Amino acid sequence: MSMLTFEEKNFEEEVLKAEGKVLVDFYADWCGPCRMMSPIIDDIAKELEGTVKVGKVNVDNNQELAIKYDVMSIPTIMIFEKGNPIKTYVGVTDKQEILEGLK
Amino acid sequence: MYDSIIIGAGPAGVSAGLYIKRANLRVLIIYKDESALEKTDFIQNYYGFENGISGKDLYKIGIQQAKQLGIDIKKEEVTNIQIGQENQYIVVTENGSYTTKTVILATGNKKNTPKIKGIKEFEGKGVSYCAICDGFFYRNKNVSILGNGKYAISEANDLINIVNSITILTDGKEAPEIRADNVRIDTRKIREVRGDKKVEEVEFDDNDKIKTDGVFVALGVAGGNEFAKKLGILTQKDKIVVNEQMETNLPGVYACGDCVGGLLQISKSVYEGTKAGLQAIRYLKKDV
Repeated sequence: MSMLTFEEKNFEEEVLKAEGKVLVDFYADWCGPCRMMSPIIDDIAKELEGTVKVGKVNVDNNQELAIKYDVMSIPTIMIFEKGNPIKTYVGVTDKQEILEGLK
Repeated sequence: MYDSIIIGAGPAGVSAGLYIKRANLRVLIIYKDESALEKTDFIQNYYGFENGISGKDLYKIGIQQAKQLGIDIKKEEVTNIQIGQENQYIVVTENGSYTTKTVILATGNKKNTPKIKGIKEFEGKGVSYCAICDGFFYRNKNVSILGNGKYAISEANDLINIVNSITILTDGKEAPEIRADNVRIDTRKIREVRGDKKVEEVEFDDNDKIKTDGVFVALGVAGGNEFAKKLGILTQKDKIVVNEQMETNLPGVYACGDCVGGLLQISKSVYEGTKAGLQAIRYLKKDV
């Protein structure tokens, strides 16, 4: 279980009903800064494999999810717990800062 | 095609340029805004000037020194930096665009965050600093751009075909020259950006309000922090994050001087400009 793909159809099952914290990276293929965020998210997924679920939401294909969670700038990284977003990071964010949020 | 384009002509930018030029590489320094150095009245704590020197004079001498060495220098406003093909970057100015293999950000310490109530609070919730990054979320919506210069117009051009309408808010400043059917200009002073969960309206000092779905901040001349946001360069508290070699997280892009934080001193800027220049040379010669 490394990097997962979250979509409208599996979001409830994979994220909202998940045990523990889930890291969600809202991105788009055309977004330059998202490409800089991507290796950081990959690193976190590897580092926390087995403890934290990590996945990506393509906002082009999942606009309803972006609207629902008020994503208005990408990359936006959200940490979900018990069905709710508990932390949000907008823009390229330092790995350590996100790891702190996942503790 | 340049080997290196340096944005900023203060002590950090010029020092980086001197090293790169002396390594026989093609270097361009682009600058526009006043340097903090230029505004410094009198300098007595920098090596080599027995009677001290005015900041204005030292700044001029630096640019002159770079010119004497054969460095291309242009006084143009940079409005955007884009990632091009095959590890190249495109630096867009008011007059055109230049391609380069490396970019050195030496843009100084200027802050472009307005002190308007609500701006900080709604960052990422309707307040944006990058039209090209976030325009997608405002398709067919009515947005505002805060600013009145060439940078604000450049941001408006990035939004013009995506959004329904644009209102350029000058916050009491002079109206810029821009003509398009869906762009209007409002020069009134702003009191507050308001909303519930996200931006909904802008209130002016005269108590009047306009509805808006988003506010794009594009004040003055774009600085290192604005370019960093567009490129995906890591920042922390509005400072560009670099490693010991002045490398950002983007290959071939370096930052030095006041825009990376730390001591706001000429000696520190010269040192960091030197390091950025030397590291860019190593990168260009494929030593890293």
